[in-house]
Amino acid sequence: MIGKISVKYLSLLVTIGLFILMYGFGSVMYNGFFSPQVFLNLFVDNAFLCVTAVGMTFVIISGGIDLSVGSVIALTTMISAHLLETSHWHPAAVIVLVLLVGSSFGFVMGSLIHHFQLPPFIVTLAGMFLARGLCYIININSIPITNAFYTEVSQFRIPLPGHSFVSINVIIFFVVVIAAIFLAHYTRFGRTVYAIGGNEQSAVLMGLPVGRTKVLVYTINGFCSALAGVVFTFYMLSGYGLHAVGMEMDAIASVVIGGTLLSGGVGYVLGTMFGVLILGTIQTLIIFQGTLSSWWTKIAIGILLFLFCLLQRLFETGKGLKTQGTTAEQKA
Amino acid sequence: MTNATPTVFRRLTSTKLFWPLLALALLLAFNLVFTKGFFHIEIKDGHLYGSLIDILNRAAPLMLISIGLTLVIAASGIDISVGAVVAISGALVAMLIGGTLVLKGGVQEYVTLLPMSLAILVTLAVSTVAGLWNGFLVSRIGMQPIVATLILIVAGRGAAQLITNGQIITIYYKPYFFIGNGFLLGIPFSLYIVLLLLLITLFLTRRTALGLFIESIGINPKASRMAGINAKNLLLGVYAFCSFCAGIAGLVVCSNLKSADGNNAGMYFELDAILAVVLGGTSMTGGKFYLIGSMVGALIIQTLTTTIYSIGVPPEITLVVKSVVVFLVMMFQSETFRRTVFGKFTKQVVQS
Repeated sequence: MIGKISVKYLSLLVTIGLFILMYGFGSVMYNGFFSPQVFLNLFVDNAFLCVTAVGMTFVIISGGIDLSVGSVIALTTMISAHLLETSHWHPAAVIVLVLLVGSSFGFVMGSLIHHFQLPPFIVTLAGMFLARGLCYIININSIPITNAFYTEVSQFRIPLPGHSFVSINVIIFFVVVIAAIFLAHYTRFGRTVYAIGGNEQSAVLMGLPVGRTKVLVYTINGFCSALAGVVFTFYMLSGYGLHAVGMEMDAIASVVIGGTLLSGGVGYVLGTMFGVLILGTIQTLIIFQGTLSSWWTKIAIGILLFLFCLLQRLFETGKGLKTQGTTAEQKA
Repeated sequence: MTNATPTVFRRLTSTKLFWPLLALALLLAFNLVFTKGFFHIEIKDGHLYGSLIDILNRAAPLMLISIGLTLVIAASGIDISVGAVVAISGALVAMLIGGTLVLKGGVQEYVTLLPMSLAILVTLAVSTVAGLWNGFLVSRIGMQPIVATLILIVAGRGAAQLITNGQIITIYYKPYFFIGNGFLLGIPFSLYIVLLLLLITLFLTRRTALGLFIESIGINPKASRMAGINAKNLLLGVYAFCSFCAGIAGLVVCSNLKSADGNNAGMYFELDAILAVVLGGTSMTGGKFYLIGSMVGALIIQTLTTTIYSIGVPPEITLVVKSVVVFLVMMFQSETFRRTVFGKFTKQVVQS
């Protein structure tokens, strides 16, 4: 029983251990690394990444992939900036609208994937270029946001003990993570997502609403990327077609580093959160190091991504060998 | 066989090249009507000039990548790292040739860090190694192709920027410009590279059993392994070849622009290349492949881009148009979609 539990949570433990190790390394190596504000900044600076990575976790657990999230974030910042600055919409209306746009974007892609049995990565790749192109149709240049509500939210600081603070984005970040954990582990929908990722055919045979759930997973991911776009707008205070280029790669990397299997069926939202924190720590480490150029961040993320994919394959083949072994024994 | 016309028509439409060629012809016809001087070709300084030549020259990098990607997709894989390899290749060759302007008595002297041929060889070797890495992950580790090549995208752009130090390297070595800008017998030199690579690939895949092997891996990897095909090494080779092609494309792009930009070179090439291959009739699920079709697909994309530029629509719309085209092509390739839309119609035909 104990062995079962530890195997189930092994990848999650590896991720959390790696995060503690990396943060510990930074604290020992660099002065001022081990301070409450540096730690909290991991949340402040990566809130948008975590929000979109949480949505991506559901997609990957269901056995799919979504490459469009970065572009949807950019589209969200662009629509928000345009409506706020040119059309002078009320901020609340803007936020509701962009969330609807993001969700419907995900809904349409999910429907295409499910109803026409198209490969998810090519549908979402096309979606990625569509969203990016729509940004440029709105405006080629960057639009700065001067709206009072947005600047207020952006600059608002929630004081914490030890002269540290967090932004409103961090609150959104935690609300999303908690809601996602609830959705994944305590609802029928969550169990269906895991079942589809484990084996879609079995899920169909069990009578689970596979089609509806798959479409819903992409809709939720669209919603999450739009919400991440809102968080990103608060963070950057501008709308630009070149915002969040390559964010989909970071989101997928966080999910994988967080211990979610790319083949689907296994994964934890909490792991994804730690995956995001690890990515943030790499960035902070390189800033503190000072002499390494920021390009090393990407290379380090690439290497980590590779190591975790390798680890996953080893787990999978190990499991495969074990089952093969038992069937061979049974035959004997 | 009561009527000959339907059979001829059916035979014509059943060739895979028919639809892409029709699309290209329609685009050209559109230009014939709406774009002035589109078909005008003149000879300047012994070179051919005109929109059509321009399209061919600009389509060269895309055609090069499509050759490699066609084989990868035929083996039911995918390589989305081609754009990153283009960036690496451009950055590397620019660094090896060197970006210094040397003036001697007011006259520019052409200096290189490494001899040009050596720089090109090293660059192509590195590109091939990048592809071997992809192939290794897919065939030996057993990763999904999209994930394996994703790793190279993330790390590759970083590596390219590391090589260029995050800046745009300008090349001053004139002989190198010939690859992307030169003319041989009045025709852009890059087209000769495309033609050579295409002929070699066609020969290897159609005159030897190699093409058949690749198709069989794409249709059923297990069965092809049972039949004695060394699927692992073949996959390794296909990914390496794809990156090799992307490496050549990187050389052409870099030479054409006379500079290397680790951040933006080869941006969105992966979508264009996938689109070219799919437009050409190769199915995303693997199996049969059509190299000539992919070439026509690449020409369609470049003609589309040039058309959008020349009719005065903002060029940013190209991205939207392309993605819509991908959606449409994808739908028509999906059997489920064809059945839902055309299903009733076909049934009636069968019944009658």
